Amino acid sequence: MEALSPTMEEGRLVKWLKGEGDAVKSGDVLAEVETDKAIMELVARGDGVLRKRLIDEGATSPVGTVIAVIAGADEDIGALVAGAPAGAPPGPPAATPQPPAPAGTSPAPTPQAPAASPQAPTPRPQAPGPTPEAPSPKPQAPSPQPAVGARTRSSPLARRLAAERGLDLAAIGGSGPGGRIVKRDVEGAPGVTATPGPKPQAPGPGAEDYRDAPLTQIRKTIARRLAESIGPIPTFYLTADFDLERAAEMRSAMAELGDEYKVSFNDIVMKAVATALAQHPECNAHWLGDHIRYFNRVHLGMAVAVEDGLITPVIFDADRKGLREIALEARELAGRARERRLKPDEYTGSTFSVSNLGMFGIDHFTAIINPPEAGILAIGGIQPTPVVIDGNVVVRRRLRVTMSCDHRVIDGATGARFLQTLRRLLELPLLLAY
Amino acid sequence: MATVTYRDALNQALREEMQRDDRVFLMGEEVGVYQGAYKVSKGLVQEFGEMRVVDTPITELGFAGIGVGAAMVGLRPVIEFMTWNFALLAIDQVVNSAAKLLYMSGGQFNIPIVFRGPNGAALQLSAQHSQAFESWLAHVPGLKVVSPGTPRDAKGLLKSAIRDDNPVIFFEGEMLYNTKGDVPDEELLIPIGKAEQKREGDHCTIVTYGKSVLLAMQVADQLAKEDIRVDVIDLRTVRPMDIDAITTSVRKTNRAVVLEEGWEVAGIGAQVVDYIQRDCFDDLDAPVVRVHQADVPMPYAKNLERAAKPDVAKTIAAVKKVMYIEA
Repeated sequence: MEALSPTMEEGRLVKWLKGEGDAVKSGDVLAEVETDKAIMELVARGDGVLRKRLIDEGATSPVGTVIAVIAGADEDIGALVAGAPAGAPPGPPAATPQPPAPAGTSPAPTPQAPAASPQAPTPRPQAPGPTPEAPSPKPQAPSPQPAVGARTRSSPLARRLAAERGLDLAAIGGSGPGGRIVKRDVEGAPGVTATPGPKPQAPGPGAEDYRDAPLTQIRKTIARRLAESIGPIPTFYLTADFDLERAAEMRSAMAELGDEYKVSFNDIVMKAVATALAQHPECNAHWLGDHIRYFNRVHLGMAVAVEDGLITPVIFDADRKGLREIALEARELAGRARERRLKPDEYTGSTFSVSNLGMFGIDHFTAIINPPEAGILAIGGIQPTPVVIDGNVVVRRRLRVTMSCDHRVIDGATGARFLQTLRRLLELPLLLAY
Repeated sequence: MATVTYRDALNQALREEMQRDDRVFLMGEEVGVYQGAYKVSKGLVQEFGEMRVVDTPITELGFAGIGVGAAMVGLRPVIEFMTWNFALLAIDQVVNSAAKLLYMSGGQFNIPIVFRGPNGAALQLSAQHSQAFESWLAHVPGLKVVSPGTPRDAKGLLKSAIRDDNPVIFFEGEMLYNTKGDVPDEELLIPIGKAEQKREGDHCTIVTYGKSVLLAMQVADQLAKEDIRVDVIDLRTVRPMDIDAITTSVRKTNRAVVLEEGWEVAGIGAQVVDYIQRDCFDDLDAPVVRVHQADVPMPYAKNLERAAKPDVAKTIAAVKKVMYIEA
C-alpha cells in the first residue's frame, strides 16, 4: 500500500482494476484506493504479471503493507505471499511492485520474518537473523542507516519541528552538547528550504511567481503583539454589503442566451474576488513565520462541503480565467470533491480562499482562515433588501460578505481597500469583462 | 480555611475517620499514652480509648500481622511505624500478606489497611535511620503508595487511604510535620493516584512528590528571578502514578527534571523517566535529568550529609542542564 497523499496512513482498496494473471507494465493502474482525502489510482511500479492480490475490495491496509505481488510469470512467490497479510513491514523493498529479478528465479530479497509468524511483532526493516538465501546477483544492502560519519545529532523534538517546517537538519548548526541540534536551533533557523507552500500546477514555476518580503520591525511587532492577544492567527473581520442588482441582471441576461452561458452568483463572486486579488497582491499572500510571501498569481481555493467535512479545491490562475471557465471548473471540481476524487495537487496551493454558505440560507457568517493563507472571504446568500436610493426606499438584491484577515499580513485599511475594489467589480460587473 | 501543620492535618484526618467509622483503629509504638513519637496521634487515646488507639510492644512484624488479620475480619486498621526504617522488620506482612491476600484468596479477603509513618532523611540520623523506601514498596503489585508534601494533601490523602478497601502505604516526613499550610475546614478527600500541578511554567517540568515538593517550590521561586518558569508536578501518589499529568506537562515544556529523596538505582525517578521516554519521545528537547540522594549510605557528618542529599542548587543545575543554559 503506497502512500498516496502526504498524510495517508492507511488506504481502503475501493476496486481492483487488474485481475490475478493479468500482465502489467510500470505505470498501469492496478486499483483505486481511498486515502484520507480522496480516491486515488494505485499504479504498478514494475513490469510483470499480477500474480496475487492479497486484500479484498473494501479492505483497509496500513501504508507499507504488501497488498499484491507482481512477479515473473513462473517466479516462485511463496515466501512473499506466506507472511504478507496484515503485518508486512514498511521497509523500502516491501512495496508492492517488485520488478522481477533479472535471473527470474529466486524471490527477491524481502524483509520477511519467518513464515511461521504471520504477524511480524515490530516493524523492523531488517531482522538481524539469517535472510532467506538470496542467490540473486547483488547481495543485499546492509541497512538503510545513513553513513556513520554523516550523522547529525539532534533532539527528538528538534527533528520533529524540522520535519514539520520542512527544514533540512543538516543545514542547521547545533548549539547543544556535541553539536546536538535542539529546539532553539530549529526555531532560529533561517530560510525555509521546503515550505509546505503552494505548488502552482502550471508549468514554469520560478521565483517570479511571488515576492518574498523580509519582515520589517513594525511587521514583527504587529505579528507578535496581535498573536499574543488573540491566538495563533490574529484574525479580524471586515463585513461589507454589496448591491448585486446589476450582477443579477447580467446573470439573467446570460441565462437567456442559453444553458451554456448560465453561471451562478458564486461564479461571479469568485471571478470578482480573483480580479480584485490581482489588483491587491497585499491580500494574496501567505504568512510563513519569518517572512510574508506575496503571490503574483491568484490561485483561488473554494470550500466545498463533502460528506464528512470539507475540502478546498483550487482554481489556479483564477484571475486570468473567464467567467465561463471559472463556472465550468468550479462545477467540475466541486463534483469530484463530493465524490472524493480530487488529486492532492488539486486541493493544495491556493493563495486565498472563498467559502459560500448562501445556498444553506445563511445571510452572513465568518470563515476560518486556512493557514498559511492570509485571508478568506465568507459569502452569504443574496437577499432582497429595502435600501434607500435617491431618497426612495427600493428593494435591491444585496449580498453580505465578511473577509477574515490575518492581521500579521493584512491591516484593516488594506483589507478594506480590497473590499472596495471587490464592491466596484460586483456592483459594476461590466468591469469583469475589462 | 485554616493554617494547619502537617502533623495536625494528619491528626485531623485520623480523628475524623475514627469518628466516622468505628471499625477504624490506630495501632503502633507509643501512639496512645505517649501521644505518638511525633505527636500525630495527640488526644486520640483520650477520645477513643485504648481499644481503638493501641500501644504495642517493639514488635513491628507482630503488630503489622495483627493489623492484616484485623483487616481480614472486617476492621480498618491504621498501623503506625515510628519510622519506615523500622518497618523493614515488618516487610513480610506488608508485602507477603497485605499485598497478596486479595489475589491469593481468589478475591475473598480484601485488606483495608493503612501503613503509615515518617520516611526519608531528617537531620543527622545517620545511615540506618535516613532512608527513603517508596521505591521498595511501589515495586509491589497490590500496594498503593502515597507520599503527600503539604498539610492539605496529607489530610485529604490519609482520609482517602483509610477509606480505601485495599492496602495503602502512607509516607510522611519528619521534616514535614512542622510545616504549615492551608487546609479547608470542610470535608476533604483527595483521590489516590492524582497528581497536582503545584506551579505553572512552560520552560521545564519538575516531577516530584513528598518532602521534595518543598524543595521544588524553592527552586521554582529562585528560577523565576532568572525568568525561568518551571512546571512543578507533585505526583502525591507514586503508585498508581498519574502518567497523564507528567506527559501533559512534558509535552508543553519539552524538558524534565525528576526530583526525589531516594537513591538513584531503581528509584521512582527511573520509572518517571521511563514513562516520559515512552510517551513523550518526540517532544523531548533534552535527555531527562534526575536529582536524587547520592548513591551511598547516608553519612552522619553534617557536611557530608548535606552533600549527599538533593538540594536547591543541584536541582537548579539540573533544570539549567536540560535547558542548555551554561551554569
